[in-house]
Amino acid sequence: MAHLLLRHRDIPNLDQLDVYVKNGGFEAFKKAVTAMQPDAVTEEVKASGLRGRGGAGFPTGVKWSFIPKNITPHYVVANADESEPGTFKDREIMDFNPYQFLEGLAIASYAVQANLSFVYLRGEFYYLAKKLDACIAEMEKAGYLGDNLFGTGFSLRLRTHLGAGAYICGEETALLESIEGKRGQPRVRPPFPAVVGLYSKPTVINNVETLANLPYIVTNGAAGFRKFGTDKSPGVKIFSLSGNVNKPGNYELPLGATFRELIMGCGGGISDGRKLKGIMPAGASSSIIRVDDTNLDKVLDTTMDYENVQSVGSLLGSASVIIIDDSHSMDWVINKTVHFFKHESCGKCTPCRDGNYWMLHLVERIHEGHASAGDIQLLKTVANQVNGKCLCALGDFSTMAVTSALERFPEDFHVGQA
Amino acid sequence: MAKLINLTINGVAVTVPDGTLVVDAAKKAGIDIPVFCYHPKMEPVGMCRQCLVEIGRPAIDRATGQPALNDDGTPKLQFMPKLETACTNPVSEGMVVLTATEKAKAGQKELLELLLTSHPLDCPICDKGGECPLQNLTVEYGSSQSRFIFDEKQRADKHVHLGELINLDRERCIQCARCIRFQRDVAGDPVLGFYQRGRLTDIVTYSDPGFDSVFSGNTTDICPVGALTTADFRFGARSWELKQSASLCAQCPVGCNVTFNTRREAKSGGVMAIKRVMPRQNEQVNETWICDKGRFAGYHYTEAESRLGLDAASMESALSQAADKLAAAKSDAVFLAGGRLSNEDFYNLKQLAAKLGAKAYLYSPMAGGEYTTAYGLGAGSNLGDLGKDDTVLVVASDLYNEAPVWHLRLKAAAKRGATLIVAAGRATKLDEFASFVVRYAYGDEVETVKGLAGKEKIGDAIKNAANLVVFYGSDGLGLAGTSALAAACADLLNGKTGKVNNGLVGVWNAPNTQGAYELGLAPAADLKSELKGKTVYVIAADPAGDDPALADALKSAKAVIAQDILATATTQMAAVVLPAAAYTEREGTYTTAERRVQRFYLAVPAKAGTRADFAIFAELGKKLGVELEGRSALLVMNKIAAEEKAFAGISYARLAEVTAQWPIVGRGDLYYGGTGYENKLGLGVHLALALTPAPSTSGRGGQMRPKENELVAVPVSKIYDLGVTMAPAKLLGQRIGAAAVGLNPVTAAKLNVENGGKVQVQVNGVTAEAIARFDESISTGVVLIYRSFGIPISEPTSVKIVVAEKA
Ligand SMILES: Cc1cc2nc3c(=O)[nH]c(=O)nc-3n(C[C@H](O)[C@H](O)[C@H](O)COP(=O)(O)O)c2cc1C
Ligand code: SF4
Ligand code: SF4
Ligand code: FES
Repeated sequence: MAHLLLRHRDIPNLDQLDVYVKNGGFEAFKKAVTAMQPDAVTEEVKASGLRGRGGAGFPTGVKWSFIPKNITPHYVVANADESEPGTFKDREIMDFNPYQFLEGLAIASYAVQANLSFVYLRGEFYYLAKKLDACIAEMEKAGYLGDNLFGTGFSLRLRTHLGAGAYICGEETALLESIEGKRGQPRVRPPFPAVVGLYSKPTVINNVETLANLPYIVTNGAAGFRKFGTDKSPGVKIFSLSGNVNKPGNYELPLGATFRELIMGCGGGISDGRKLKGIMPAGASSSIIRVDDTNLDKVLDTTMDYENVQSVGSLLGSASVIIIDDSHSMDWVINKTVHFFKHESCGKCTPCRDGNYWMLHLVERIHEGHASAGDIQLLKTVANQVNGKCLCALGDFSTMAVTSALERFPEDFHVGQA
Repeated sequence: MAKLINLTINGVAVTVPDGTLVVDAAKKAGIDIPVFCYHPKMEPVGMCRQCLVEIGRPAIDRATGQPALNDDGTPKLQFMPKLETACTNPVSEGMVVLTATEKAKAGQKELLELLLTSHPLDCPICDKGGECPLQNLTVEYGSSQSRFIFDEKQRADKHVHLGELINLDRERCIQCARCIRFQRDVAGDPVLGFYQRGRLTDIVTYSDPGFDSVFSGNTTDICPVGALTTADFRFGARSWELKQSASLCAQCPVGCNVTFNTRREAKSGGVMAIKRVMPRQNEQVNETWICDKGRFAGYHYTEAESRLGLDAASMESALSQAADKLAAAKSDAVFLAGGRLSNEDFYNLKQLAAKLGAKAYLYSPMAGGEYTTAYGLGAGSNLGDLGKDDTVLVVASDLYNEAPVWHLRLKAAAKRGATLIVAAGRATKLDEFASFVVRYAYGDEVETVKGLAGKEKIGDAIKNAANLVVFYGSDGLGLAGTSALAAACADLLNGKTGKVNNGLVGVWNAPNTQGAYELGLAPAADLKSELKGKTVYVIAADPAGDDPALADALKSAKAVIAQDILATATTQMAAVVLPAAAYTEREGTYTTAERRVQRFYLAVPAKAGTRADFAIFAELGKKLGVELEGRSALLVMNKIAAEEKAFAGISYARLAEVTAQWPIVGRGDLYYGGTGYENKLGLGVHLALALTPAPSTSGRGGQMRPKENELVAVPVSKIYDLGVTMAPAKLLGQRIGAAAVGLNPVTAAKLNVENGGKVQVQVNGVTAEAIARFDESISTGVVLIYRSFGIPISEPTSVKIVVAEKA
């Protein structure tokens, strides 16, 4: 099947404007601007059932419809921060199929009538920012950006903005702070960005992959989009597969594909012929799915969509599927995740800032074999103390692997000898 | 008025205006919700997560859009699965808040445990101990045991000087950002910030000098732990040893309400001594803030080594000598009194002078009180009420330096939507918050004000203002200029006199200049010639120290009697010296420039061998055959109230009255509003407007600009200077700095003067050294000379500048 998002895998040199245009590029944007009312675009996207690919799976069209018309200007911000460990899909889109993403951003901008939109990239993506800047310049030259587009009154400009390398800046309100030149730390919500966003104006924030779907939806209509995926999770999704598999990488599959198709099919099975022990479907922020002889088939046959992953005790999130084989102990795994979150906690709120500090001390003690009997219980309690009490979701994320590992893999946690 | 919202908190029905936050609604109902980052004077940020509560809201039936009902007909409630922060959630109709359920209590307790794990718990050596929100809330909501390993605690630097005034203990900081937010949002001096992230998050200052703000001390009051402390009070006393006495700050005409904390002190021979100054809440004056001049310079002069004092016998003989000289002089006596005197002092002084037929003058660098008494703020005015549709005009004053708390309050008024117009001869800090900045050449002050009404937008803002408040000051002006400026400003207020939130305010340099004017005193137009050959009685002023010309005039006087609390150049040349008690050692009242009469109370016993000024006047009166009230300040006020129409109805009892204030601060709930004190001893009373008509407001002023090739020096003020009440504040030495002159680089270039270079200033018969500081906003041909830095300057005058040393 031809790719919808990773089209560059089927069409060489798709990152060149003429190639992109020759293959139908900007037809969707032109159609939207010249033949559709902005609200009609939003309605079409609503009808398509497209859900945010940044992790939360919120319906994209519904999000757009929250933008109040009486407060202007509006902004659209593409979230290209892609910092979740195990997620590397946006990077591939921007590197090899940048125009499809930018066209999607342009369509979203038209739908909410934004005349200036941003791409916010993590600091390490400086080379992609450079690439996107060049693409944007090409689009301006070719008349896809600027004033009076396609002879209408609509004008649009795009700007890239580089962060300074912080996971928290993928959180939408911290991201907005960062664009404004402030410390990248989350804001209190409400008010939500749809009402008080960038520079206190109504703002839509969408993930890169989310936006890359839009040209297809505008061209083929909601029905065309719904040919893929499930009723509640329509469309295709890029799964970033990593860990102990033979062929790690990005794979575009319809939502509702099974773990088996991804891991055994695309990924060529577990590396070194070992046994599958755990799956983290949403990167480091996952509850770890336990896989053993008793449930192997059940897990592998679970469909990957926004509803069903819950049935095996986790969430789809950004679909960064990390495979853990039986050579690893879970205390090692959560030692890794807690290190990450302790390092990335922005420090704005107490439970995440202090909780991660202590979780790290505890997991390190456990991992190094110095834990006392109370430490394992205490780790569980601290995770509980953090979960649900924080200003933003990072705090919750930091406890997911910890709590699930302790609960589901108790045999991996030992009291020290000393 | 905002719509009212009904909700229940822990079963108590509460009705509050729409927009109220749950945490405030609870406080109003007398229910405490623990907070650290929330402060009622700042926007909520939801950072510390201490205020977790359960919140239920009426469920809406999706089908009908109507509130869903339980089977018994009561509204169905929807509780979030997570606890919510009371500080970030506004109330809504039918809301049910539960602050003390098992779930909420567990959340609060767990949060506190986490906070404490990263806190050093060095309460026994912490200045905040005993008045610490973290301590208090731990007792109430926390756990007495930690489950973490002590050695794994993060250690951090405990002695960080954010500047020479404020110390930071990084270990104690709980990262609530109150200090950062205060500096950014309330003070408008964003000089603090966070550095690093996560558990490494640190407070840093990014100004040079460190923590460069005249409001820095307030952060130590609102810091909920002992992370920020003042160098002034550091290790000075334990909070529970301290007594409180209500007082006022006497450093400027705002009249901030303060509390002096005192205790018996071995160093002072076992007598009570003041240990620190804290803000005392008066929402109509200073809210819960004071500036650093008040905090770090505030009272220190009252305990300076140079305090005067006489034993009983010597005092008696000094009084007799003074009385003899005055009796001999009669109408040839001249009284000269500074604005540090209280209303009671001025009243008695006036009676005494009147009896002798002597002239009594106010010693002030600024005039115009005849207008502020007639056009001043109407009774009931409150800068905190100004907002949308109101206009505030500030002319010829650098409020940040001259009356800092007004700077802060006008910044807030502008934020609430008031149109703020700042007109000055140079850039001032308030410009940043102004809707309109008017820059004039020094000398054009009066013309500029007269022209404002004719300007398009500014004129409309003034003419159409629902309320209009005009502040005028003495930036670049002397007596003649300020008097003319006051007249021009008063003109803008015609038709608004006496109205609430309307009026003219003089930015005086002393706490009771307004009171002096209200009681009929005024400066002499030509002081020097008034003194020659007269018997001069100088009280609370140091003309000889301010100006060699005045020293000469005093030398040519027949006799000088000086009455002061400190030894000054004037007391040194006086034939008779009468030592006065400091205001911290007696009772009295000041009238703020907003025309509010406020009481100060005795904080420490009077220094041996001193007396209150009004009592000294009464003693002299006795000897001169005038009956004056000298028994107590209260009794003097009764007389003032009976005889001075503006003061009618004022009594010490009325001045001590308080009405409920919001936010509630200074009670057991230190964590809520900070360690500033609750006001229990009086919010003060506004004066009625003077009934005597003010002099005409027209036909005054005129150009005073420098001519081609002329260099004109003008006087300006800096918050920290070498004035009598500042010099003893040792801690501020660095911030006071050296004498400086300000000038435009263009002016400087003609003189070959470099920025930062040393120059010789020849002015008013004196040659002095100063550092040249460039300021492009100053008109050319003008040299700013700061008052009270040893270079005499009282009026615009010609000046010579010579390069002394290259930068
Ligand atoms: C800690 C944290 C990190 C996040 N990082 C990213 C990210 O790197 N990229 C992203 O698209 N969304 C990220 N999100 C989700 C965004 O906040 C936001 O929900 C998303 O960009 C919305 O776009 P969508 O609706 O298209 O998914 C993150 C959220 C949190 C709480
Ligand atoms: S949960 Fe963590 S990352 Fe989010 S605001 Fe709190 S400290 Fe910052
Ligand atoms: S120094 Fe005090 S006020 Fe500032 S963040 Fe730390 S605890 Fe809060
Ligand atoms: S989060 Fe509410 S007080 Fe800090």
